[in-house]
Amino acid sequence: MAILDKHAILEKNVTLLAIFAFLVVTIGGIVQIAPLFWLENTIEDVEGMRPYSPLELTGRDIYVREGCYVCHSQMVRPMRDEVERYGHYSLAAESKYDHPFQWGSKRTGPDLARVGGRYSDEWHVDHLRDPQSVVPESVMPKYGFLEDRLIEPEHIEDLLGTHRLVGVPYTDEMIDNAKADFKVQVDPFGDTDGLLSRYPKAQVRNFDGQPGISEADALIAYLQMLGTLVDFSTFTPVASR
Amino acid sequence: MAKKPTKKQEPDTTGHEWDGIQEYNNPLPRWWLWTFYATIVWALWYVIAYPAWPLINEATAGYKGWSTRANVAEEIAEAEAANAEINAQLASVELTGIADNPELQGYATSAGSAVFKTWCAQCHGSGAAGAKGYPNLQDDAWLWGGTIEDIHYTVAHGIRNEEDPDSRYSEMPAFGDILESAQIEEVVNYVMSLSGEPQDASLVAAGETVFMDNCAACHGEQAQGDIYQGAPNLSDAIWLYGGDYETVKYTVVNSRYGVMPPMGGADLSEAEIRAVALYVHQLGGGE
Repeated sequence: MAILDKHAILEKNVTLLAIFAFLVVTIGGIVQIAPLFWLENTIEDVEGMRPYSPLELTGRDIYVREGCYVCHSQMVRPMRDEVERYGHYSLAAESKYDHPFQWGSKRTGPDLARVGGRYSDEWHVDHLRDPQSVVPESVMPKYGFLEDRLIEPEHIEDLLGTHRLVGVPYTDEMIDNAKADFKVQVDPFGDTDGLLSRYPKAQVRNFDGQPGISEADALIAYLQMLGTLVDFSTFTPVASR
Repeated sequence: MAKKPTKKQEPDTTGHEWDGIQEYNNPLPRWWLWTFYATIVWALWYVIAYPAWPLINEATAGYKGWSTRANVAEEIAEAEAANAEINAQLASVELTGIADNPELQGYATSAGSAVFKTWCAQCHGSGAAGAKGYPNLQDDAWLWGGTIEDIHYTVAHGIRNEEDPDSRYSEMPAFGDILESAQIEEVVNYVMSLSGEPQDASLVAAGETVFMDNCAACHGEQAQGDIYQGAPNLSDAIWLYGGDYETVKYTVVNSRYGVMPPMGGADLSEAEIRAVALYVHQLGGGE
C-alpha cells in the first residue's frame, strides 16, 4: 500500500520519527487524561456527603500511615455476595473527598467501606489492642500503641488547607474552627453545635474510653463514620452509572 | 562470485527487503486468520450492544441496556423472590412454633448461620464461643434470657445502644465511688467464694453483708442473677470478663458497660432476625 511505503521516510529520519512518535503518544495521553477534566460530571450527586471532620481526617491519616489499605479495601463492588455481606455497593461520590482514595486492591482483611456503626467503640479498642482476642483466626498485627499516643491538633489548619488545595470544599469557617472541632468531637459534654452544623452526622464520643485524645480516638472516629453519610433509604440509583 | 539462486530454488518471500535481508512469506493458518476476522466482527457487535464509548457525562448505553447496577439489583431481587415464600412464612409464624416445622427449622438454621457469620461472628466468634467481654452463646448462661423470644428481642433491639429506644438497658453503678476500698475487697472475696474461686475466707462474711446491701437488688440474694436486668449469675463459675481477683475488683470499682448494636431496622429483615435467633437458640444453650 502506498501509505505504508511512505513509512520508510519516517524510519530513515530520526527527527521526523521523534515528532511522529510524540504525536502518537499525545493521542494516547489525551484519551486517558481528558476524561479527568469532566470527572465532576461523571460523579453522581448524592445527598449527605461532606468533607471529613478534623478528627476523622486525622484518623484517616493514621489509617494511611499504618498501611491499613494494604490489607483492607474500601470499595463494595456491585455484586450480590458483596452487597449481602458489606451493604450497599460503594458510590463514586462516597470517596470524592478522599485524597488519595482508599479503594485498595487486596483484601487480606474485610472491606471497610461500610464498617461505620457496625461494631461498638469498645470492640474497636479490643480489636486494635489484640485482634485475635475477638477474631481468633485473624492475622492482623496489634495496634494497641495507638491508645498511648496522645495527639494535639497542632497543624490541623494546614492539613485542612492542603485538602482544600486539592479540591475538598473546606470553608474558611471550617478551617478557623478546626482546632476546636478536633477537640470537641471526643468530648460528649462539650458544645458540639458548631461541629454538627459544619459536619452533619459527626459522631461525638470518647471513642477509646480513656482521657485525652489519642491516635486510637482519631482512628476509631474515622472508622465509625465510614460509609454512614449517605442515607440509602432515600437513594435511588441511576442504573446507567 | 556468489552464485545467483536459480528461479526454482527461490523461496516464497513477502517482497519486503531491508539491507538485503528478505522476509519469508509464512501466512497464518486459515482457521486462525478467520478466527481473527471473527473477533473483529464480534468487537463491533460488542461496542454496539454494551456500554462502550465514554462521553462527557456517561458512556454509551448499548442496545442491550446492560448495567452493573441493574445486574446486581436483578440478582438480589431474584434471590429474594426465590426465598420470599419461606421468608414470609418464617416472619409470620409463632416463634416457638418454628421448631415444630422441620422444613422451616432447616431453612432458618442455615439462613441464620449465614446471618450469624456476617453480623455476629466478629464479637461472638465464628463458633459462637464468645471472647472476653463478648458472651458465649453456646452455654446455658444467659444475661438477658435464653428463650427464643428473649434472643429474638436482643438481636432486634441490641443492648445499651442509643440507636434503638427499645434496646435492653441496665447500668451497674461504679462502686469505686460508693463503697470504701475495704468493703470492695470484702465483697470481691465474697463473690469469688460463691463459685469456689480462691478467696480470702476471713473477708467472706463481711463481704456477704456488703453484697446484700448493695448487689443483691440486681444480682439476687443467692447471686443467681436476673435476666430482666441483664444482671449476670455470680454463683456459677462462668465469667464474662474473667474471675480472677483483679478482674472482679475492676468490675466492682468501674462497672462494665457491654453494648450490642440493634440488628433490626436497616440491617436485617424480620425473617433474618428470626433465622439468626433460631440459629443461636439451637446452638446448645437455648431454653
